[in-house]
Amino acid sequence: MLRRLRLRRRLSLFPNYLILSVLVFFSLGPIVILGFNSLKSQAEVGRNPLGPPQNVIWENYPNAWEIGNFATTLRNSSILVVGTLSGVLVLGGMAAFSMARLKLPGEGIMTLYLLIGASLPIQLFLVPLFFLWRNLGLVNNLFGLILIYIAVNSPFAIFLLRSYMINLPSDFDDAARIDGASEWQVFTKIVVPLSWPAFLTVGLVVGLAVWNEFLLATVFLTEHRLFTVVTSYYNFTSRFTRDWGLTSAGAVMMVLPVLILFLSLQRRFIAGITRGGLVN
Amino acid sequence: MQDSAVQRRGRAGERAEVARARPRRRSKKFVALLFVLPILLINVIVIIGPSISAFYYSMTDWSGVGAARFVGIDNFRRIIFDDITYREAFTNNLIWLAFFLTVPFVLALLAASFLAPIRKGGLFFRTALFIPYVLPSVIVASIWRNLLSPTLGVGVQLDKIGIRGLDQAWLGRPDSALLTVAFVDNWRFWGFLMVLFLAAMQNISPDLYEASRLDGATRWQEFRFITLPGIRPTIALMILMVSIWSFLVFDYVWILTGGGPAGSSEVLGTLVIKYAFNRFQAGYAAAIGLSMSFFAGIVITIFVVLRRRGWEV
Repeated sequence: MLRRLRLRRRLSLFPNYLILSVLVFFSLGPIVILGFNSLKSQAEVGRNPLGPPQNVIWENYPNAWEIGNFATTLRNSSILVVGTLSGVLVLGGMAAFSMARLKLPGEGIMTLYLLIGASLPIQLFLVPLFFLWRNLGLVNNLFGLILIYIAVNSPFAIFLLRSYMINLPSDFDDAARIDGASEWQVFTKIVVPLSWPAFLTVGLVVGLAVWNEFLLATVFLTEHRLFTVVTSYYNFTSRFTRDWGLTSAGAVMMVLPVLILFLSLQRRFIAGITRGGLVN
Repeated sequence: MQDSAVQRRGRAGERAEVARARPRRRSKKFVALLFVLPILLINVIVIIGPSISAFYYSMTDWSGVGAARFVGIDNFRRIIFDDITYREAFTNNLIWLAFFLTVPFVLALLAASFLAPIRKGGLFFRTALFIPYVLPSVIVASIWRNLLSPTLGVGVQLDKIGIRGLDQAWLGRPDSALLTVAFVDNWRFWGFLMVLFLAAMQNISPDLYEASRLDGATRWQEFRFITLPGIRPTIALMILMVSIWSFLVFDYVWILTGGGPAGSSEVLGTLVIKYAFNRFQAGYAAAIGLSMSFFAGIVITIFVVLRRRGWEV
C-alpha cells in the first residue's frame, strides 16, 4: 500500500521533470551552442550555425586571445577584482566589526546611512562623480575605479559581515581583552578567523560583480590599454560581428573561469548572490 | 550616621571610578569610530557627495567643462514639456516594467513550484537554471545577438523546417527591438527570481500540504491557497525590487541596440549617458539621473504607504 503510494507519487512528479527539463534546455542550450561555435571555422558557421561542429578546429582560441588582447585585459580585470576585494574585505570588515562588536556611537545612523548608500542608483551620482574623478586625475586609472567599486559594494559587504559577527560568542574577545589585546588584535586574531565563511561569501559575490561590471567600467576606463575583459569584449564583438567562431572562443575564455568557480562553490554562491542582489 | 558615612564613601568611590573610566570609555568610542572611518570616507566621496551635488548640477546648464550657469528649474521644465526623447524613453521604461513584472514572475513561479517537491536531481535543476545569471552582460548579449540573427539565427533554421515567420531582424526593427532586449535580459534574470521563490517555498511547513492532500485538494488549489500565500512576502519584495530596477536598466539596451533603431528602445539609463558624454549636457543629464531616482523613490513610497494601510506587502 505504502509502496504503491510512493510509486504513484513518483509517477505524479513526471510532468515536473518534463517541464523543468524544457526550461533547462532553454537556459543551457544557448551556452552549449556558444561552446559549439567556438570550435567552428567561419565557413562552417555559415552552413551550420547552431549544431555541434563537424570539423573541430582550435585556432579560434589563440586567435581570440591575440586579437582580443586577453593578456592585458585579464590583468586589468584581475587588478580591479583583487584591489576591490582587499578594500571591501579589510575596510568593510573593520566597519562590520565595529558595528557588531564595539560600542560604536551612532550605530543606528550608520545603518541608515549604509541603507541609503546601498539604494541610491548609480545614475544619480554618475555624472557629478565622473567630472569630479576627471579633475582628480582618476579617470582612466584603475585605482580610481577600484575606489568606486569599493564604495558601491561595501554596504552589502558590511551588512552581511555584521550579521555574521553579531552572532559570534563574545567570550573570546573578552578573554583576549583581559590579556591586554588591542581592538585591532581582537579583530585580526579572533573575529576575522571566526567569520571566514562570511568573508568568503562576500568575496565571491563582490568578485563576480566586479568581474562582470559594465556601466562603470565603460564610463571610467576609455583607453584601450585599460579595458577590462568585459569592456574589451564589447569592443571586440562590435568589430568582429561576422566572425562567430572568434567571438565565441573569446566568450568561452571569459566565462570558463567564472563557471568553474561558480560550480565548485555553488551553494555559497547562490546563498550570497540572492542576498547581495537584494541589497544592491 | 555610620550608615551614611559608608554610603558617602561608597558614592565617592563610585565617582572616582567613573572619573577613571570616562577617558577609557571615550577612547573606546574613538577606537570604534576609527574602524568605520576609512570606508565611511570613501562612501562619502564616491556616493553621498556626488549625489548631493547632482541636485545642484541638475539646476545648471553645465557642459561638463568650465563653469556651470544656474538656470533654476529649466532642465525639469524641459523634461516635462519639451523633450520628446525623454518621453519616449520613459514610456519604454514603463513597457520594460510591465514586461518584467509579468514574464519572469510567471516563469519563476512555474519553475519553482514544479521544482519544490522534487528530491532527486533538485540541486541539478536549481543550479542549471541559475547559471545564466552569473554570465557577464556582454556575453549574454553576444550569444543572443547570434541566435536572433536574421541570416543565421534560430528563426532561419526554423524557417527551413517549415515554421515560418520567425526569421526577422528582431533587434533591428523599431517595433520589436525593446521587447527583444527585454527578452534577452529576462533569459538570464528569471533564474535568480526562481531561486528566491524556491527558497521561500521550502520554508513552508510540509504539514500544510499533507493536510490539503488529505482533504483532496488539487494541485492548482495547493498552489493557490498554500504556496502563493506562503511566499507572499518574497513576491512583494521582488515586485518592489524589480520596479526599482526597471527605471535604472542600462546594460542590455546599451549593448544590444544602443537605444535604437531611431530611439525605439531608448530608456532613461541610456539617455543619461548620451546627454552627459556625447551631447555634453552634463547638467541636463544630472537632471535625468535625478528623475530616475525620483521614480525609484515613488515606488518605495507606494510600498511604504500600502504597508501602513495594513496591506501585507
